[in-house]
Amino acid sequence: MKRFLNPTVASLPPSGIRKFFDLVATMKDVISLGVGEPDFITPWTVRESGIFSLEQGQTMYTSNAGILELRQELTRHLALTLGLIYNPESEILVTVGASEAVDLAMRALLAPGDVALVPDPSYVSYAPCAIMTGADVRYVPTRASEQFRLRVEDLAEAYTPEAKLLVLSYPNNPTGAIMTREDLLPIAEFVREHDLLVLSDEIYSDLTYEGSHTAFASLPGMWERTLHLSGFSKSYAMTGWRIGYVGGHPDLIQAMTRIHQYTILCAPITAQVAAIEALRSAETAKQEMVAAYDRRRRLLVHGFREMGLSCFEPLGAFYVFPDITATKLSSEEFAEQLLHEEKVAVVPGTAFGPSGEGHIRCSYAYSTEQLKEALERISRFVWRRL
Amino acid sequence: MLSDHDHRLLKLIQQDCRLTPEELAIQTGLTVENITHKIREWEDQNVIVQYRPLINWERAGHESVSALIDVKVLPQRGYGFDKIARRLQKFPEIKAVYLMSGGYDLSLLIEGRTMQEVALFVAEKLAPLEHIQSTTTHFVLRRYKQDGIELISGDEAPQRLMISP
Repeated sequence: MKRFLNPTVASLPPSGIRKFFDLVATMKDVISLGVGEPDFITPWTVRESGIFSLEQGQTMYTSNAGILELRQELTRHLALTLGLIYNPESEILVTVGASEAVDLAMRALLAPGDVALVPDPSYVSYAPCAIMTGADVRYVPTRASEQFRLRVEDLAEAYTPEAKLLVLSYPNNPTGAIMTREDLLPIAEFVREHDLLVLSDEIYSDLTYEGSHTAFASLPGMWERTLHLSGFSKSYAMTGWRIGYVGGHPDLIQAMTRIHQYTILCAPITAQVAAIEALRSAETAKQEMVAAYDRRRRLLVHGFREMGLSCFEPLGAFYVFPDITATKLSSEEFAEQLLHEEKVAVVPGTAFGPSGEGHIRCSYAYSTEQLKEALERISRFVWRRL
Repeated sequence: MLSDHDHRLLKLIQQDCRLTPEELAIQTGLTVENITHKIREWEDQNVIVQYRPLINWERAGHESVSALIDVKVLPQRGYGFDKIARRLQKFPEIKAVYLMSGGYDLSLLIEGRTMQEVALFVAEKLAPLEHIQSTTTHFVLRRYKQDGIELISGDEAPQRLMISP
């Protein structure tokens, strides 16, 4: 039946994670550091508000853009935490996870012949979503020696006049890199000079462990050029609720809302109600989760360095991205052999783009006991190869 | 005022007092010397009072009975409630003593092996004490949560996918 498939879809490479997922599924007693979601359960007050809304019979559609009360809470939250000012009536769209917002943004902006610039390595969705619009993707490499920050020189090198959209994704999955205001300013300058639009996926912004997060849209002249994407999955441990949002210029939000209204209609009402509660009363719970991630982050970085692997200090998200080239294995070989020999699952860096070669992604969204056990197993594996 | 660093360190010790200064140093980014010094200071100042585990006696198979006792007291001139409270806290059967606002004055937590033992203690030791006007005994039937820890969860931990992007 493959002859019926849309050739663009048929040519999409399978996610580099899929292969591992299938392999791990066949094995027992595996400790996995391969998960891209919090180990915490959504704070009780948030769950309870979702349950209460169901009890009250709130089971209907909402407006396409999302419950106005949620959009109002979001604009208040964005103004207070990131200094971003949006009009809740026309400049915010509530989506089914930030993932939907990525797809909507690509479809609203890109057409065949356009080019999207995507940092490499980065989250697995950006390039496929861009390619599905018929646009092309150019990767902008980032490096451990530069703490995996996006440099304007690399951006200039990857640039082509067909480039229309730049994806930014900091704090970054899989590297844990952050970009400070100083790091972002030259990028903003480049964006202005080359008349680009920016899709800034800042879903990990609350998980910043040093200094405070700078939203790209808050830089001078960048508000109208930026779609600010975020969601509740990481900050409030709400992955399964599928609830995210995007803020931006009303022309862009209106176009995205049009696609959203035809394809999704609205984000689930229960998740929207719970999201309101998260913004209103889960701040303490969030801070406690962030503090726990910070402790685990130090534990994991220390563990890898003790093994003799070089590991840059990630200052955001919940991943470390150690350099495994000292073992003379490729990322895939390392991950596969580690799984077979020591039953620890990690994700090869190449699953996130070619510049991920030589690295593995390890999540620290695990209890310290699990992390210690995993480190012990990994170090046994590494020592056999050094 | 407790600094953020100190607050975080104390919380961490409270969660798991088995962590060594070396482990604490790795997880907080503070130095081992700094942590050792802090802990000693807190021990000296009785900020860290004791190190002990939270035991679920019921699960261990040990039967015991607890009761919360509301106590009405005649405050004493010059001492208020302090004198009687200090006297009460000496009884080993009394595990906690709180001065309360509202309908009664002191709240006591009493533990014993049987209901009989607790009832006798209240009737024979507590109620006859001078300045105690009345007592009301509430037996604890079941412990669901203690010291912020859910003792009865029952629900299986939800499973995440082993690998996700």
